[in-house]
Amino acid sequence: MEPLSWGAIITRIFLQFGPVWIALIATFALSIAYKRKLGLYGKLFDSTIGMIGFALVMFWVFTAIIGGPLDMIVTHDALTQISGLKNKTPGIAVPGAEEKELYSYYLLGGDNLARDVFSRMVKGSWVVVAIAPLATVFAFMVGITLGLPAGYFGGKLDTLLSFFANLILAFPVILLFYLLVTPEIVETGIPSYMAAVLFIFPLIFAAVLLNSRYHTQPRIRTPMMIGVLVVLGWLYLSTISEVGSKIAVLPAYLDGFDVPGGILVVFVSVVFVNSPTVFRIVRSLAMDIKTRDYVAAAQTRGEGAWYIMLWEILPNARGPLIVDFCLRIGYTTILLGTLGFFGLGLPPESPDWGSTINEGRKLLSIYLHPALPPALALLSLVLGLNLLADGLREESLRD
Amino acid sequence: MKQFILRRLGTMVLTALCLTFIVFVLTNLAPNLEKVAKNQGNARMNDQEVHSWLEKRGYLAPLPIKYGQWLGVLPGYTHQADDGVITGRCINKDNTAQTAPTFCGVLQGHWGISTVFRKSVSSVISERLALTGWLMMWVMIVMVPGALIIGVFAGMREGSRTDRSLSTVSILTTATPEYVSGVIFIALLASSKFGISPLLHEWGWIETKTLFKGTATSAMKEITFINFFLPVITIALYGMGYIARMTRASMTEVMTAQYIRTARLKGVSFPAVVMKHALRNALIAPFTVIMLQIPWLLNGVVIVETLFNYKGFGWTLVQAAGNNDIELLLGVSVVSVVVVLVTQLISDIGYVYLNPRIRIS
Repeated sequence: MEPLSWGAIITRIFLQFGPVWIALIATFALSIAYKRKLGLYGKLFDSTIGMIGFALVMFWVFTAIIGGPLDMIVTHDALTQISGLKNKTPGIAVPGAEEKELYSYYLLGGDNLARDVFSRMVKGSWVVVAIAPLATVFAFMVGITLGLPAGYFGGKLDTLLSFFANLILAFPVILLFYLLVTPEIVETGIPSYMAAVLFIFPLIFAAVLLNSRYHTQPRIRTPMMIGVLVVLGWLYLSTISEVGSKIAVLPAYLDGFDVPGGILVVFVSVVFVNSPTVFRIVRSLAMDIKTRDYVAAAQTRGEGAWYIMLWEILPNARGPLIVDFCLRIGYTTILLGTLGFFGLGLPPESPDWGSTINEGRKLLSIYLHPALPPALALLSLVLGLNLLADGLREESLRD
Repeated sequence: MKQFILRRLGTMVLTALCLTFIVFVLTNLAPNLEKVAKNQGNARMNDQEVHSWLEKRGYLAPLPIKYGQWLGVLPGYTHQADDGVITGRCINKDNTAQTAPTFCGVLQGHWGISTVFRKSVSSVISERLALTGWLMMWVMIVMVPGALIIGVFAGMREGSRTDRSLSTVSILTTATPEYVSGVIFIALLASSKFGISPLLHEWGWIETKTLFKGTATSAMKEITFINFFLPVITIALYGMGYIARMTRASMTEVMTAQYIRTARLKGVSFPAVVMKHALRNALIAPFTVIMLQIPWLLNGVVIVETLFNYKGFGWTLVQAAGNNDIELLLGVSVVSVVVVLVTQLISDIGYVYLNPRIRIS
């Protein structure tokens, strides 16, 4: 068969993304129809920049979900090598595709191990979309749980916590990654212990949040706390405990799921790098907001310190925090790419964008097509997140 | 002011000690030491041999003692072999066991020997740091004026079309990490098969096959525009957007101030208002940002030096970390931590100095 022309390649890629277009159009139609009832999210659709950013982000989110776990958009398996297609240019026909019931073209060509570049790019989006937002949420939990008391109480606690935050921030990120993510360190179990410490913060956060609000009504609080803590505790233990690793607290029949070792290490180091910055932002916001009248009013009412922090200060700091959240997901995406670029953490055959760029760059002056699609994909996702943050900032400042 | 600087210096020393200790602990973990022994000695050593190899070189002492030796506050280890030959940290080919100094650590200027480069760490670092210094210098020369000009022009008239387009450009550059922009630049400008180089070559505009070089290895000997432009612009672009946005924010704030309006109402022309009244006040905030950007540049330097194969400080970091070269890795972290902390100090002092409204009591 003849290789496809560029027009045909673009048409076919466009058609492959069909489910994503449908999902995107549905999201936009629904959101624009009900935008007055949707608060800050609805207001996003008043700003062009915000809408472009949101479209880019959602494009990759839908691609990741539909292409990743649902396995729809991809044309080939991301790991299968087809002989004869090594480094072939985009639009190359797959030999003998019909007998083997394969898709008949490599839409964006083959990489240096004769795998389909297009499918790897789509699969790679799932690695990013699954890790980056979740890691950012954890970093926020750690940053908020430590930053609020540091800003609110000040004094020795603040000095100590700030010192530790600055300590981590003074580390060059790449050196830290190299120190944490090498197989020798993983062998000693240090990342697992760090995971055990870092992942407990959401539990503390949820417990304190509920207790500070409902401690006057033990009848509601106690069952609610038990329920929430049992679910979160089980998730926590399943995440950190892995049969055969250093931390195996949970017996196998209770262990709900296993996070693959490499992913856990990457996750931990990304959370670890991001938390101090979130801590500093939350701390300075808390220091600013604690001088407001409504905080003084709550203090006069005799509310507890944690109630004031979590139910008075935090909701009023949400604007800047939401904006920073979007930017930080983008930054986490860049960090994940950096890890992949240096071949750290994720397995070498992993289709994530950083590793693919790293593999593609070695032959960059002869073959462009393996490195360029993941590079542009990463660029568009981070750009979308930055534009979204900009739109949100503009709209939240408006009122 | 003096007290403020002294206190900051105290914190700096404490931070540097803590950080180097962390690096020390992580590089001296048992599996790492085993790897070092097998790399340096013999890959097929058994556990017993690994143990004696490590013991002979003082690796098996307790951590705080080893750290003290490295720092130079505790006497260096010595080891007497069965045949009576004494080896030790401070003993090398220049001095024997009798003449060797008791203390030899970082404080005495002994940074140790790099196991990867087989040279003393201080010579490796000074050599590589000089190379990176050139890179950083050109990055600063390109990045700072570029960012300030973009920021000032965008912030001059908030909401104008210039502002919109320049802001979009700065968002685009902050969204492009070095390993993406580097790949795109090489594709567009430094490939003999793709981008604009083949076209230019065909038209006879350039003599060489490519417009720029995709590697900067030759720049280590002689820096030319052709071999150094791409690495410099790759690092500069990523940092530029952020500084430009800060400058824009500070510029828009200044432009709405009362004294600017007064000047305008007095009839001063718009360019004169910008140049004489607004600019000086608008540049205080970006100064701090530029200083704080230097540690970030270090990150970019590591990526770009790896991508363009420019064997500077960042490349050395990757080599040291990849091969668990303990002494070199410690040296690299001391240097980078000092760079980070000194820039933080300069940015704090500079901020106070530039802005008369802030006084440290």
